[in-house]
Amino acid sequence: MEPITLIRSGTVVLPATNIDTDQIIPARYLTATTRGELGTALFSDWRYDTEGHPRPDFALNQPQADGCRILVAGRNFGCGSSREHAAWALHDWGFRAVISTEIADIFRGNSLKNGLLPVVVGEDAHRWLLEHPGAEIEIDLAALCLRLANGTVVPFPIEAFARHCLMNGIDELGYLLAQDEAIGRHESLAG
Amino acid sequence: MLSPPGTLLDKVWDRHVVVPETADAPAVLYIDLHLVHEVTSPQAFDVLRGRGLRLRRPDRTLATMDHSTPTDPAQIAGRVPIAVESAARQVRQLTRNCQEFGVELLGMQDERRGIVHIIGPELGLTQPGRTIVCGDSHTSTHGAFGALAFGIGTTEVGHVFATQCLLQRRPKTMAIEVTGRLGPGITAKDLVLAIIGRIGINGGTGHVIEYLGSGIEALSMDERMTVCNMSIEAGARAGMVAPDQTTFEYLKGRPRAPEGEAWERAVADWRALRTEPHAQFDRRVSHSADSVEPMITYGTHPGMVVPIGGRVPDRPGDAVHAKSLAYMGLQPGERLRDKAIQAVFIGSCTNARLSDLEVAAKVFAGRRVAPGVRVLVVPGSQSVKRAAEEHGLAKIFIDAGAEWRESGCSMCLGMNGDTVEPGHYCVSTSNRNFEGRQGKGARTLLASPAAAAAAAVRGRITDPREFLH
Repeated sequence: MEPITLIRSGTVVLPATNIDTDQIIPARYLTATTRGELGTALFSDWRYDTEGHPRPDFALNQPQADGCRILVAGRNFGCGSSREHAAWALHDWGFRAVISTEIADIFRGNSLKNGLLPVVVGEDAHRWLLEHPGAEIEIDLAALCLRLANGTVVPFPIEAFARHCLMNGIDELGYLLAQDEAIGRHESLAG
Repeated sequence: MLSPPGTLLDKVWDRHVVVPETADAPAVLYIDLHLVHEVTSPQAFDVLRGRGLRLRRPDRTLATMDHSTPTDPAQIAGRVPIAVESAARQVRQLTRNCQEFGVELLGMQDERRGIVHIIGPELGLTQPGRTIVCGDSHTSTHGAFGALAFGIGTTEVGHVFATQCLLQRRPKTMAIEVTGRLGPGITAKDLVLAIIGRIGINGGTGHVIEYLGSGIEALSMDERMTVCNMSIEAGARAGMVAPDQTTFEYLKGRPRAPEGEAWERAVADWRALRTEPHAQFDRRVSHSADSVEPMITYGTHPGMVVPIGGRVPDRPGDAVHAKSLAYMGLQPGERLRDKAIQAVFIGSCTNARLSDLEVAAKVFAGRRVAPGVRVLVVPGSQSVKRAAEEHGLAKIFIDAGAEWRESGCSMCLGMNGDTVEPGHYCVSTSNRNFEGRQGKGARTLLASPAAAAAAAVRGRITDPREFLH
């Protein structure tokens, strides 16, 4: 996993609330048996018409979305299914962070494990972000803050261990494997 | 200093902490049972292979096939190939992976196969006090037994394969106290839809819900599973019910439940799991079962729900609400009752246990499916299927004109080709009415098995109490 310390990029804005993982990646794309390239299927049913042509009015299809690494979305992003394919698809498309006022639990956990930073901000910062699609902003994981183009600095919380992993590009499995002795002890006590 | 009296969650949690959490790191939490299916496991097996790791506890791991598998008997029996090639590939891959890593697999033709959340309890593997995970958000179902059970992503599936542990922060607790009792013809599905409508689809985010009170104690295990199953639809990763006599009676004699003296010891241990009388929850909600009516969703998430006799809410200025109604082809203020529907799905981990099929059969008995309505009845497991056939339920469905299928997730998420036509309304006993969930353009109306069967018979949204005397 590539380490993340600072993300500076324009934003893509999807203001809808409760964007569920079925929208992020519909179930028919879950038949893959490898991580593969899921970026093309990201938001498939919103992004393409019935003939499979890109809908020009959808945010991801607009030229200014190219190269954007930050998605700003309405409240309760990522609710629904536990499919990690949702985080994979966002990451594969090029996103490295998702900002919302609330991010669903399982999706948040999956994102943290895949180099996709879930950023939860307050209503005011969120409103500014929704009103300024494409704005160039900075997410500073070291300083735990967001810097908006209007000069505002917005702090955000993140679980300490997940931050450590993201900043150093390490995954949790190595840490868990190193607990082998404690796990063995628990197993012999619990039977 | 005395520590505060514990909740059911606290007690189960504390028993499974391998390394306590600190400010710097989450707890290492031991997992007793890992359920595996074909869709969210292949990449996790690849991680084991890639790192040269073994699967730590195959004896605590059970795999089955449910999400992408066909429900057509000929395809299940292998008389014809699996129609969806990518699904066939996942099925083959899971078989190979289970062989390579020594995991027990209840495969395509195994008589114990079924939806992962239905077979765990059936086999008696789902037990009070256990920690249970699966790469599926409806793992919350197993909490009905007083287990801590939650859905995980594929990376975490790999963690459990390799270490039998997960890194977790202790979640917050939320008590939902259900007072009173459900009225005649009102089901656990109506109750949980009413609760989600009340607290919202993010009402439980960050929390584990414990359902308690007389309205919960009166429920059967099947009904408790329906309630806990949909905890994730309120944003909570897990829902729990304290084990009691109903739980013990369900489990006793199940193939993988403890026996003899071990059973007696287990029950004594399970009784101690109940939340202490003065335990503190981070949040408490009280809900009356007496006032619950038959419910139906009208929008594109499970919180958009009203009584069947109600109207589509009007939310002027709410663009998301308007977009949702446009997708559903509904108008604000519109009455839902008597709206014509084109499809009915009776199935899924929410409502495909034998008791669900019994309620549906009561409605179908001596009646016919309305012309132009497609009805799919998909039992939750092969064991439910056999029982429904032995008890004559299957014959009632078939005689009524419904399609009677092999078990699996089927039309709940439409991965296996069982989908709803674009623009069609489908009254479904499943758990999610998200856009496109049952097929591109499909319009899902979530309801109970009774309401689904009543809609099938009339071809219109119907209060099932008309058929249940």
